[in-house]
Amino acid sequence: MLKIAKDRLNELYAKIAETQGLFLPIKKAGEVNYAVWGEGKEVSLETLKTVKSPKNAFFPQTENMMKFKTEGKNIEVVDMRKDYVEEGKLFVIFGVKACDYKAIEVLDKVFLAEPVDTYYQNRRAAATIVTLACSRPEESCFCKAFGIDATAPMGDVTTWMDGENLYWQANTEKGETLTAQVKELFSEGGETEVAAQQETTKIIIDKLPFSNLDLSRFKPENLNELFDAPEWEEMSEACLGCGTCTFVCPTCQCFDIRDFKTNEGVLRYRCWDSCMYSDFTLMAHGNSRTTQMQRFRQRFMHKLVYYPSQNDGLYSCVGCGRCVNKCPQSLNIVKVIKTLGGKAND
Amino acid sequence: MIEETLIPKVGVITDVRKDTPDVKTFRVVGTDGKKLFSHMPGQCAMVSVPGVGECMFSITSSPTNEEYMEFSIKKCGCVTEVIHAMEPGQQITVRGPYGKNFPVEGEFKGKDLLFIAGGIGLAPLRSVINYVRHYRENYGKVVIVYGARSKDDLVDIDEIQNEWVNEPNMDVYLTIDRPQEGWTGNVGFVPAYVKELGLDPNMTAVLCGPPVMIKFTLAGLLELGFDKSRIYTTLELRMKCGVGKCGRCNVGDKFVCKDGPVFCMTELDELPDEY
Amino acid sequence: MKDVALKMVERAKELLANGEVARVIGWKKGEFYFDPQPASFETVEELDSFVYNGFCGANLSKYLIKMSKKEGKTAIFLKPCDSYSFNQLVKEYRIKRENIYVIAIECQGKLDIQKIKAKGIDAVTEVEEDGENIKVSSLYGEYTVAKDEVLLGKCSVCNKTHQVKDEEIGDSERPVRDGDRFAEVAALEAMTEDERFAFWREQLSKCIRCNACRNVCPACSCLKCVFDNPASGIAAKANDDQFEEQLFHIIRAFHVAGRCTDCGECSRVCPQNIPLHLLNRKFIKDIDGFYGEYQAGEESEGKTPLTSYTEGDTEPNDVFNGEAK
Repeated sequence: MLKIAKDRLNELYAKIAETQGLFLPIKKAGEVNYAVWGEGKEVSLETLKTVKSPKNAFFPQTENMMKFKTEGKNIEVVDMRKDYVEEGKLFVIFGVKACDYKAIEVLDKVFLAEPVDTYYQNRRAAATIVTLACSRPEESCFCKAFGIDATAPMGDVTTWMDGENLYWQANTEKGETLTAQVKELFSEGGETEVAAQQETTKIIIDKLPFSNLDLSRFKPENLNELFDAPEWEEMSEACLGCGTCTFVCPTCQCFDIRDFKTNEGVLRYRCWDSCMYSDFTLMAHGNSRTTQMQRFRQRFMHKLVYYPSQNDGLYSCVGCGRCVNKCPQSLNIVKVIKTLGGKAND
Repeated sequence: MIEETLIPKVGVITDVRKDTPDVKTFRVVGTDGKKLFSHMPGQCAMVSVPGVGECMFSITSSPTNEEYMEFSIKKCGCVTEVIHAMEPGQQITVRGPYGKNFPVEGEFKGKDLLFIAGGIGLAPLRSVINYVRHYRENYGKVVIVYGARSKDDLVDIDEIQNEWVNEPNMDVYLTIDRPQEGWTGNVGFVPAYVKELGLDPNMTAVLCGPPVMIKFTLAGLLELGFDKSRIYTTLELRMKCGVGKCGRCNVGDKFVCKDGPVFCMTELDELPDEY
Repeated sequence: MKDVALKMVERAKELLANGEVARVIGWKKGEFYFDPQPASFETVEELDSFVYNGFCGANLSKYLIKMSKKEGKTAIFLKPCDSYSFNQLVKEYRIKRENIYVIAIECQGKLDIQKIKAKGIDAVTEVEEDGENIKVSSLYGEYTVAKDEVLLGKCSVCNKTHQVKDEEIGDSERPVRDGDRFAEVAALEAMTEDERFAFWREQLSKCIRCNACRNVCPACSCLKCVFDNPASGIAAKANDDQFEEQLFHIIRAFHVAGRCTDCGECSRVCPQNIPLHLLNRKFIKDIDGFYGEYQAGEESEGKTPLTSYTEGDTEPNDVFNGEAK
């Protein structure tokens, strides 16, 4: 294990940024989101939850996919993909928490499944992920319920941070390469400090109010029973039908594809979409989900039952708690799990 | 860089045929004059008019046709409206094929087949019916029941009357909703007609049409003694990607674009009622 | 506040039990003290989960559009600020006054859990309201914070009073918060154009186009929003890093101008804490200046400055030339 004093972190960022892009949690207009680091940016690794999750680095909220140039009757399709690895545009995303790292695994299963989404894959291939262990979880965190250890995230490099130092450990080949580039800034050591921090943090995690949510009822066999549960009406009653939960969620991956007419042809882009929106399933001749209750149910059923059913039991919730913090009317997946999850959650 | 399925190929419309007042069939080839890609019966493709939008359509032509693809498209929204105004020589984009096909090389083999379609529902069935005609020796008796609002709404009536009715060991029954001058065939809704025909319940049935037709025909077939494991249909939901990623056509643990559009009735029974 | 909450439950039970109303709209207990959620109650038993405390900041009036269409009369608890939205919805024919029973309730200013957390208080498990102080228990320790420091933005400059009621529960007297609600607007006006542009650009660049501001806004009551209508030609859900997202908020501010009651919900719900209410307040300040003081929602009928013409109206030219009153 390696360590570096916290007051030298700017040197570390600068060293990394010499050869590649560097995404860090950066404070802008009062809020912390992942953004490209540069001198003078206010980095906030201490922030437990960035508003938007790091998924934005691989699956941006809006991305241009292709262009259509028309001349007379002819259409020319212009591929707008970038092969970041080929172009040497590698990047490091630094400070990813255990829940958000797990969320990337959830996204991988969608975007890297055949046929591979090359837009996503190109970014994934160019990225080195540096995770940061949590040392101060809060009441809305429930990653433990999904079997995630917030004190030992994986990733290409894992880091831990205490009052004085940042501790660094490479896990993969990509991680070793990055380590070689910055090693001169580090010294050896930190095992004791990291172990001590992990122990203290785990005690707090065990005490978190949602750490022991029982998910056992959320399994494919109960799909129809859960779908038909009468409680959905009441649970969704206050839902505004906005996309806040969806857009702050690190695993939500639904998107829309739209065309935009520009002076240089038609631009086809994709953007995040939300199953909470009324037009999500709208067709020319009807809509399969006409009520907010149906849309609300879709979102949570997808996370807790449909996705696991398609992916060997892996839930598409990682317990980051962003929806718990951000829903304008305090509705969230924890309330759903507690309401439908059976007696163990009382 | 490897191929990206979301990036379409350019297709040229070579022929437009008006089937009914609101259905046209478009013949499409690549810019090189060759067929864009091969497919299996029941599979779909994303067709788009850049700047207007992209929609999923079933490929109506038979896979055995090696020269071109056809799409029978009903005018009902903004994309289909623009496509309907297109003429031979104009270009669109096409990507695919997407979805699961009818099990023509599996469960259908050696079986007696019953095809029941209503209105534009014939579009996906045309592909499989013509495939079965092409490999006629692989299948048993074929019965086709096809209905529409009026005789003018029967899609591909020329092919039906000139080719299908003359095919050996293949019965074609047509029906329209209300009596009409010049129509000597059956009058009545498809579900009632199916029951009247007293069909052999050991056939494998394929249903395609508006939801209300499917619902009542299915009830009728079950009454006649058909087994759900031998009844197939297709679903249609909003789609954007066509490959199970955009999340739109998700119903239960299935994506209609990827796990459908062809479903066996026993599979549909497992799904929540949200399609 | 606990007494008020008890009286509210009692009254709600009475109204449901004697059949005067078919449902009551209020708040339901959450997982914590600080996350109650809006809810409707149709039976006396359901009211066991009723709650009213310092974290019931949500404006319930917009739910009436949906709820008051149901069979029977709907009772609703309205805080002073919510009552303006109520009147405005009646004025715009979105709800029918006679279908609703309004219970005006005491409000001493609502709290913002985010502001409590911003003081470095993590893992909050309990909150207790103790007069002008808030006691917070967390897994990392016990804290006391002054209520004034953790009020919702909309509450810190509130001097609103009940505008509509069929009955009232609790004390209508409350501390006068004499903060100037236009102070922040004035500060923006004092900036140069470039500074102001930079300010909004930075703030609005955080927008994730989740539409929470629009969906919560009682003035945004269009059956179908133009931004959701594919036939409008401007339907969009992408957040454009250029200017479109900024356009969205400005169009919205224009659309609610003269109708916005300054209920502050847009800023309360924004996941990125964009001070959206400042756009609306700028309009309110200008309307006050151009046409005389006007507060939307004080009345449930009658003409408004932007929907009526008088000879003394400020001329558009005066506004452009900076010569408006």
